[in-house]
Amino acid sequence: MVTITIDGKQMTVAEDLTILQAAKQAGILIPTLCYLEGLNEIGACRLCIVEVAGMNRLVSSCNTKVQDGMVVATNTEKVRAARKINTELILSQHNCQCAQCSRSGNCVLQKIANDLGILDISYAKKIKTMPWNQDFPLIRDESRCVKCMRCVQVCSKVQGISVWDVVNTGGRTTVGVNGGRKIEAADCVLCGQCITHCPVGALRARDDSEKAFAALADPEKITVVQVAPAVRSAWGESLGLSDELATEKRLASALRRMGFDYMFDTNFSADLTIMEEGSELVKMLKAKESHTFLLFTSCCPGWVRFLKTQYPDMVGQLSTAKSPQQMFGAVAKSYYAELLGVEAEKIFCVSIMPCVAKKYECGVEAVNDTGAGADVDVSLTTREAARMMKASNIDVQQLPEEDFDQPLGTGTGAAVIFGATGGVMEAALRSAYYLVCGENPPVEAFTAVRGGADWREADYDVNGISVKTAVASGLSNARKLIEAVRNGKAQYDFVEIMACPGGCAGGGGQSIHEGCEYYGSRGQKLYALDAANTLRFSHENPAVLELYKNYLGAPLSEKAHHLLHTNQKEWKL
Amino acid sequence: MVHKSVSDFRDDFIAHITENRCLGNLEQSIPCVSFCPSHVDIPGYIALVADGRYDDAVQLIRKDNPFPTACAFVCEHPCETNCRRNMVDDAINIRALKRYAVDHGGHVPAPTTAPVTGKQVAVIGGGPSGMTAAYYLQLMGHQVTVYERLGYLGGMLRYGIPSYRLPRQRLDDDLNHILATGVRVKFGVNVGTDVTLENLLEQYDAVYLSIGAHTDKKLKIEGENADGVMSAVEMLRRIGEHNPPDFQGKRVVVVGGGNVAMDVARSSIRLGAEKVTIAYRRRKKDMTALAEEVEGAVAEGCEVLEMYAPDHIKTNDAGHCIAMGLRPQIAGAIDRSGRPTPMDAPEPVLEIPCDIVVVAIGQNIQWEYFAEKGIPVNRGTITADNDSALSTVEGLFAGGDCVTGPATVIRSIAAGKVAAANIDAYLGYQHKLDFGVTVPEPHFIDRTPWGRCNTKEREACDRKQDFEMIEYSLSQTEAKQEALRCLRCDKYGLGALKGGRVEQW
Repeated sequence: MVTITIDGKQMTVAEDLTILQAAKQAGILIPTLCYLEGLNEIGACRLCIVEVAGMNRLVSSCNTKVQDGMVVATNTEKVRAARKINTELILSQHNCQCAQCSRSGNCVLQKIANDLGILDISYAKKIKTMPWNQDFPLIRDESRCVKCMRCVQVCSKVQGISVWDVVNTGGRTTVGVNGGRKIEAADCVLCGQCITHCPVGALRARDDSEKAFAALADPEKITVVQVAPAVRSAWGESLGLSDELATEKRLASALRRMGFDYMFDTNFSADLTIMEEGSELVKMLKAKESHTFLLFTSCCPGWVRFLKTQYPDMVGQLSTAKSPQQMFGAVAKSYYAELLGVEAEKIFCVSIMPCVAKKYECGVEAVNDTGAGADVDVSLTTREAARMMKASNIDVQQLPEEDFDQPLGTGTGAAVIFGATGGVMEAALRSAYYLVCGENPPVEAFTAVRGGADWREADYDVNGISVKTAVASGLSNARKLIEAVRNGKAQYDFVEIMACPGGCAGGGGQSIHEGCEYYGSRGQKLYALDAANTLRFSHENPAVLELYKNYLGAPLSEKAHHLLHTNQKEWKL
Repeated sequence: MVHKSVSDFRDDFIAHITENRCLGNLEQSIPCVSFCPSHVDIPGYIALVADGRYDDAVQLIRKDNPFPTACAFVCEHPCETNCRRNMVDDAINIRALKRYAVDHGGHVPAPTTAPVTGKQVAVIGGGPSGMTAAYYLQLMGHQVTVYERLGYLGGMLRYGIPSYRLPRQRLDDDLNHILATGVRVKFGVNVGTDVTLENLLEQYDAVYLSIGAHTDKKLKIEGENADGVMSAVEMLRRIGEHNPPDFQGKRVVVVGGGNVAMDVARSSIRLGAEKVTIAYRRRKKDMTALAEEVEGAVAEGCEVLEMYAPDHIKTNDAGHCIAMGLRPQIAGAIDRSGRPTPMDAPEPVLEIPCDIVVVAIGQNIQWEYFAEKGIPVNRGTITADNDSALSTVEGLFAGGDCVTGPATVIRSIAAGKVAAANIDAYLGYQHKLDFGVTVPEPHFIDRTPWGRCNTKEREACDRKQDFEMIEYSLSQTEAKQEALRCLRCDKYGLGALKGGRVEQW
């Protein structure tokens, strides 16, 4: 412990803290732009500068450790003036057309500039641009980049991929795709973590809301919307809704106000995924004595892209089951079109996902099997959906709660936890147990697979068959897990991987909160919804059972194979 | 010119036009480290010197360079040209800090050798490159045998650099440290006459060829074979073998303008020459020798004749040289190196009476035997791939002066390091070497503009009497102050983003 003084306040703090952390503990605010605790402590933006007694120069507080007897002043005229100059310098290279920015109102730079009262910039404006493919799901705008390097750090440290790197030199130094590649040719998995960790609007997902609006306005189209499990844990955040108001039923109500014809739930197809993937697992488990196997979940397109680019020789280990998004689209444009008695082409299927990679997934040719255009026509992020509600002038606070439509609006508690890391594993184990033993396990039997942004393992015994499972979220954890498997240091039967830390709850399409990770609290909301659901097992979803009875036959049937499974090796990246 | 640059760098131009960016990425984040051919952890050992941890500093240098002492005395320090501190005041005196570290620490054993692999590697030539490869390969658990043609190890460090710049016992400090790892040496064995390359390739799992550049370039003028005319290589080797030529009272002309020319000129003074003249065909400022070497030579009494090209050597009836004929030159068009091309001036040839002529215009490689064995040779140097392998002969690697042509010590060391890593991979391993040194965090200090501490030298009239070391080490006060000038680019700036250092190799 060391004793320091910040702004005249004496305090005793741990010696491994930075000045910034110590100030925060004492409730003293220091503005930061590039700083991300534990990830990016490089002192690049020079906004967290403070005065330290005895030092001639201002000191960046984010990467300077406290020292015994240190006297710090965070709010002197010298500090304020320097911060203002540094902010103006950043603004002189920043495209400040805030009204046309995806992050307006949720921008760190905008807030700092406003707080400092910057109305004019004393320096010549020099805005650089770089060309970018505007059709790619991930869009980078050089004119807005503040060179904080957060994207570089998140991509390399959290996701272990390093798509982003520092490019050019000297005063032209900026961020670009690593290795001189174009983004389309890079091994970007489209997790979107760089977007949610960008302090400004330099990175965003492709905006597809106009396509959805056009379909809503088209009287010939029957618009069907599906909402991913994790979206319900975050949709109200950017709309200013309290947790009490941001319910899934109010979400259904808002979507109905936007003009969708049918409000459905990806939870339905998540249960369907469990039926297919769980049956695949059980088939393997029953044959386990003759051979060992390793089955990877396939619901996360970021993870699927990761495996295909980093370990192409292991693509055969992926479950052939499509993701819930794609299963929903396949069912909507076959079974549900039949139920409605309309041509499948008339149905326009929109998904709302916590995800950027889903925009890519729905365009993969090998995953579109109904023959009625794309099975999912447009995939929107949670952020786009919330913006569309604002654009539709819906006062969500005042909306009544409404139910999802039937039959594709019914989901179990096992489906809603898909949105949290370990959820697919837990749901699959609940049903696999039933499929092997003929009776339900205790519903809390598999909670050991729950967790955070890490890599964890749990071994189970299902009717005498041992199942070694592992769960990882965050792709650098995934890489560690795969390397351990490849080196023979770990051996598993069934592995769930989600690209984003904490799973879809922490997805790259979710609402953005500066400096905070929300996957933990959003995951808790999903587990609460599971606990509150009367249905806890995917194999008990009455709508899914109906679908099998009237249309698909049984899990892994020929028809199910045609609509609900894919040949992973045929995917184009 | 424009067309050539556009066509040669086509991809880069296209990237700039279509993507507004360079094709390259910033791979090396620390300026000094990226300019060091061997990528020694410079901010790391400077920080250790600042904290008085001299043993650790030397050990950290050895992670990338097993010749810390030799380099402390003679490295041409390319690192300093790229030092960020140049933007503030002056570069850190990196070589002097290394000198301080090796003068005050370094008597620590090498890290534990990795488990014995049973693989045998032969190294041909015991110079800096060969001994560097030998050191790292031995630490990786392979048994290395060095074949040295001469009686001592060190190559040009011993036979090319006079001891007033690198004392022999200090060179032995490095060599003894390397040998203590278990490297075997066969002295007096010449590959080609005493043992064939085929024999070595059969007997060993891999062979590293690092024969250096040990023959002299010829002037190709009349009288070159006269008595009293010798090459710099021959002269310096005889000094290295404790058999110096007798220059007592002689008049010496040195031809050349590189560091070697300065070495032989200053050595001639020390051997008792009455008068030493350095004749160079360009201007003094165009010499490739370091400015301080030229200054040192002049201070010790050498004369420099600029703009005189060798024309002939005049001999007496006994066939002994009696004068050096020099043709005056006139500065011409600026050449690719940015220096004026010397051209013959329409003036009479000057004859300088002398007893000795030392030719120091460069060295060649003895490649003939290896070319016969099917090793590719281009313009007198052996052609090795970037990974130092020779595409034509399985298991044979080459590096150092024999591949690059005569170059610096640190480049030879770097080549040996690259070769060691690639030979290890060729043998089927991927050893990581851990030297177990952690680098301290930066001191929390103001880094205000502050002068650079230079080393001091012995007085010229005193030092020119002997072959003892001419340069003094920094004082402790100077070393500490100099070390604390380091801006710690490994921890700040791009180093903060990219992590800054490779802890293992």
